[in-house]
Amino acid sequence: MVFIMKRVVVTGMGAVTPVGNTASEFWDALVHGKNGIDTITCFDVSESKYTLAAEVKNFDPAERLDKVTARKTDRFVQFALCAAQEAVEQSGIAGTVDPGELGVYVGSGIGGFHTFCREHEALLSGGPRKVSPLFIPKMISNIAAGNIAIRFQAKGPNMSHATACATASTSIGEAYRAIRHGYAAAMICGGSEAAITPLAVAGFGNCMALSAASDKNAASLPFDRRRGGFIMGEGAAVLVLEEYEHAAARGAEIFAEVVGYGATCDAHHVTAPDPEGTEVARAIRLSLPSSLPAPEKIYLNAHGTGTPLNDKTETVAVKRAFGADAGRIHISSTKSMTGHMLGAAGAAEAIAAILALKNGVIPPTVNLLEQDPECDLNYTPNQALHTPLELALSTSLGFGGHNACLAFAPVGQ
Amino acid sequence: MIHEKLAEIIAEHIDCDPSEIQPDMRFEDLGIDSLDITEIIMSVEDAFSIAVEVTADLARVSDLTAKIEELTAEQQA
Repeated sequence: MVFIMKRVVVTGMGAVTPVGNTASEFWDALVHGKNGIDTITCFDVSESKYTLAAEVKNFDPAERLDKVTARKTDRFVQFALCAAQEAVEQSGIAGTVDPGELGVYVGSGIGGFHTFCREHEALLSGGPRKVSPLFIPKMISNIAAGNIAIRFQAKGPNMSHATACATASTSIGEAYRAIRHGYAAAMICGGSEAAITPLAVAGFGNCMALSAASDKNAASLPFDRRRGGFIMGEGAAVLVLEEYEHAAARGAEIFAEVVGYGATCDAHHVTAPDPEGTEVARAIRLSLPSSLPAPEKIYLNAHGTGTPLNDKTETVAVKRAFGADAGRIHISSTKSMTGHMLGAAGAAEAIAAILALKNGVIPPTVNLLEQDPECDLNYTPNQALHTPLELALSTSLGFGGHNACLAFAPVGQ
Repeated sequence: MIHEKLAEIIAEHIDCDPSEIQPDMRFEDLGIDSLDITEIIMSVEDAFSIAVEVTADLARVSDLTAKIEELTAEQQA
């Protein structure tokens, strides 16, 4: 038996983000350098050292979904369902694929944090009888994938990978492999997060990960020497990946081909990246196609969180991966606008990478005014850059040492 | 009176008009599963200030109404 690797393409994209509640709004906002960061509105920050976040705005789950679904789901599931709906509609995949050949890999770094906190309060104030029967099915981190499967009758492979801030990239990469290796014809994949709660902000803050800035334009500062940590974001982003022949046969619009995925682990420290960057570099190299375009035709959407350690390490890793060409590839961190969407970040950034490739426009790293001498690559500061691209990469790094890199190229090359 | 109040609670949970909730309707036919029933009962407990045990014999709206009647009568006795 001859085992033939399938080709995998992107036929749908959906997003709910701090800068726009659809994939096209998200993209327009990125290109125009719109900052999604502002004072936290979902809880009182008067006792918090950390007052800024990149919240999703003007999102009414009852309107986007329906009242009953809105009541029975956590915010992270609501984001995921909306992003999945948009991606599936755009792809036109519904009804064209056997249900057993349609899978879902949608994860969350944490899961239903709001639900967890609310029900814990119910327990403390009213006792066990006051804990909602929906607590567990609203909160568990795999339940976005479960809900999406029900909505689209997707009966193929269904999993929720949990690799912290690399979750969505892992999900997309594993979905790519599921199609490539013949386990599914199409996959709904990505990540979702809604963790802007007092407990999560305190937790991330106390582990020295967050920026305590109060100026929203000097808060999420990837590659800038003023950077002091990340700004929490939230949202969801979902792709529809499809086997190339299947997409071509039904005349689907193809946005890009997934041409590679690398997954490694630092095995170094639970939160700090290995300063040598060797495993991040290896994840990047593993994702690269055998024949590379000129470095000026490559865009890398960096993990670029704005923590002192991440950006320095990622810079070292990009240099390891590309050698002398590292300074010539285009890099940016869209987290400068979206904040860190945690388990959703990788999918939002994959969409940014795909649309950068398709449109020949690199979204900027905004507010990059004082570039750190230790971050000495080309990070596309402040203004979008119009330039033709042939390869787009997206890196994600998560607590636990998880590294993932996705590679996209125009189909047919 | 109890039915009307219960119908309001159920209607709120499944997003319909309370007048659509009839006593002989089965929860199953209203698309209400065991998790929903438990949630509805939690709202009932708050609304009527009673403690209701969730049991498998609650098949129809009228079964729950009868249970509420019994518990509120016990409370008043």
